[in-house]
Amino acid sequence: MSDVTIRPDEPHLSTAEVERLVEPSRQPRALLWFNTIVRSREMSIFLVLVLVVAAATIKTPSFLFSANSWRDLLLTPSILLLLAAGQAVVIITRNVDLSVGSVLALTAYLTGRLFVDNPGIPIVVVFLAGIAFGAVLGLVNGLLVGLAKVPALVITLGTLYIYRGLVLSWAGSDRINASDMPEGFLSLGTKSVLGFPVLFLIAAVVVGVVGYYLHSHRGGRELYAIGSDPDAAVLYGLQVRRRVIAAFVLSGSLAGLAGVVYAARYGTVSAGAGAGIELEAVAAVVIGGVAIFGGSGTVWGAALGAILLVTIDRALPILGIPDFWQRAVVGGLILSAIVLDRVLSARQARKLVEAREES
Amino acid sequence: MKLFSKRTTAVASLVLASAMMLTACGGDDASGSGGGDGGDIRVTFLPKNLGNPYFDTSDAGGKAAVEEFGGTFEEVGPQEASPDAQVEYINTAAQQQVSALVVSANDPKAICDALNEARDAGTNVVTFDSDTEADCRDVFVNQASAEGIAKVQVDMIADQIGDAGEIAILSASANATNQNAWIETMKKELAASHPNIKLVDTVYGDDDDQTSFDKTAALLQSHPNLKGIISPTTVGIAAAARYLSDSDKQGKVALTGLGTPNQMREYVKNGTVTEFALWNPEDLGYLAAWTAKALVDGDIKGDEGDTFKAGKLGEYTVGADGEVLLGDPFKFNKDNIDDFDF
Repeated sequence: MSDVTIRPDEPHLSTAEVERLVEPSRQPRALLWFNTIVRSREMSIFLVLVLVVAAATIKTPSFLFSANSWRDLLLTPSILLLLAAGQAVVIITRNVDLSVGSVLALTAYLTGRLFVDNPGIPIVVVFLAGIAFGAVLGLVNGLLVGLAKVPALVITLGTLYIYRGLVLSWAGSDRINASDMPEGFLSLGTKSVLGFPVLFLIAAVVVGVVGYYLHSHRGGRELYAIGSDPDAAVLYGLQVRRRVIAAFVLSGSLAGLAGVVYAARYGTVSAGAGAGIELEAVAAVVIGGVAIFGGSGTVWGAALGAILLVTIDRALPILGIPDFWQRAVVGGLILSAIVLDRVLSARQARKLVEAREES
Repeated sequence: MKLFSKRTTAVASLVLASAMMLTACGGDDASGSGGGDGGDIRVTFLPKNLGNPYFDTSDAGGKAAVEEFGGTFEEVGPQEASPDAQVEYINTAAQQQVSALVVSANDPKAICDALNEARDAGTNVVTFDSDTEADCRDVFVNQASAEGIAKVQVDMIADQIGDAGEIAILSASANATNQNAWIETMKKELAASHPNIKLVDTVYGDDDDQTSFDKTAALLQSHPNLKGIISPTTVGIAAAARYLSDSDKQGKVALTGLGTPNQMREYVKNGTVTEFALWNPEDLGYLAAWTAKALVDGDIKGDEGDTFKAGKLGEYTVGADGEVLLGDPFKFNKDNIDDFDF
């Protein structure tokens, strides 16, 4: 066999490693789990997150150990978590949704208007209205992308401006103030249950459910298949258009939910709400290990990416890095995530080729 | 370079789209007024951004003044307070040959060329709230002198924290002319009269609710011994108050700065904020509109010593560098806040 080895200087893979690559399911279950978790991209993001928190806490103990800090640690990323979960699903299908910031603004303003125009409206109804409105906006994106055969980048860049234009003409210079919304709704923005902020719990449930669906359900796996190779997915007989539209509807409704959460958290909504947050969502997803060309990565990774992004933003001033450099650090993080992606996938491809040759 | 041009195109198309919408919305009241002895004096207000209650109020004052002298009022503006966002609106106003453009500049230089082109086309340019370079406008209507504003905020924070301890500043954008001038003067005032107060940090909330809110949280986190925050911007102080009002620092960290009564009422009543200051933005817009009229009518040229009458506010004199000063800042607290509604 050795005469067919292409690179003789490469160390040969051990039998165990070949087996792991070629037929992972043949390994013991516990070892499999252990390997998956330890080697996973999510674990490395989590470790970076722990390092950031640890460094900030050593510098200023109150970063973790004061009454508000635990709450803020979880509460601040809540909105981005929701957006990142939706964005991850869309990016996995080799699309992108740039309109989420504008969708957030529309639903956040809708939330305020509902409270102003219908005093006493139940909070649940407002949540449902926000999600439904977001879903409709997402459906528009999905239909345009599915039917027009134009890249999602262009379509959603267009709807980014159209939706922002809508909220501008609707809200104009009007602004929703904290006093316009009921106390019960605003307190959701700060309330905790069993030590966890309510808004974080909402986001965590969403991330958990969406992540589980993608990991374990046929529909979720098809999204990966579509993202890996859209043409092959069509030939294989997958309902590509329908799946992609569904991904956009999901992203839209999560952005809608994020809009309601935004109103509860910040207490003020103007036409400029959430401007630029779509790029943060894409950044979180990329940092979280979802390949920008689709087909790989997890919602959980994206969620960790979102938490890392927000936490770094909060930790950098504590570590003494001036305001102006913080964005540069985030940029460096995105670049290193992409480089890491390339290196890892190149290595994986090489190993698989070797494993094929050895077996 | 490619990226830049893409972005510029995107910004331009957004600006155009929103300009069209705004023009469509503003159509009704524009045709409603007119006539009167002011003839066809058309005054366009261009605030830093729309959706900012401060400019809503100042522009309402401007509108009242324009209606008093029977001109035509219009308000346009970008959605975000970014340096180059106002250029398109200035160009449009110049093309429409409005009589006067009343601008609050997001950046002292970025809009200069556009303003000068408008002036060459016969439009009088009045800046208010935030000035450009002096050679890009005819008159600057100053809400208060930098010294007056800086002093009132330093005095309030010194009063509220017992004249000793760490304080920080939550500003708008890092390149906002007025904010930076005030901050510089505040630093001098602190050094001169309050040696026991230490300014430990200045952060920028970009006049955005979310950013200001998160920056406040970060500020309290990074400076556990912080005793006070000065926020010389209405969006910033409201966001900071919202954060403070449900944190464990409520009442322990003093917050003051420049705010509007309607936005701050809740936080003054629940004890988060003791006292804050502002001039009356309605008067500011009102004075700016009358200044525009005086320029259009040729009553003043923007030279030092020119005098003109500004409706109910009485007579004003143009000072050095073509500046008109509105007056002293006003302090709002729980005893007087209910007398105001803006």
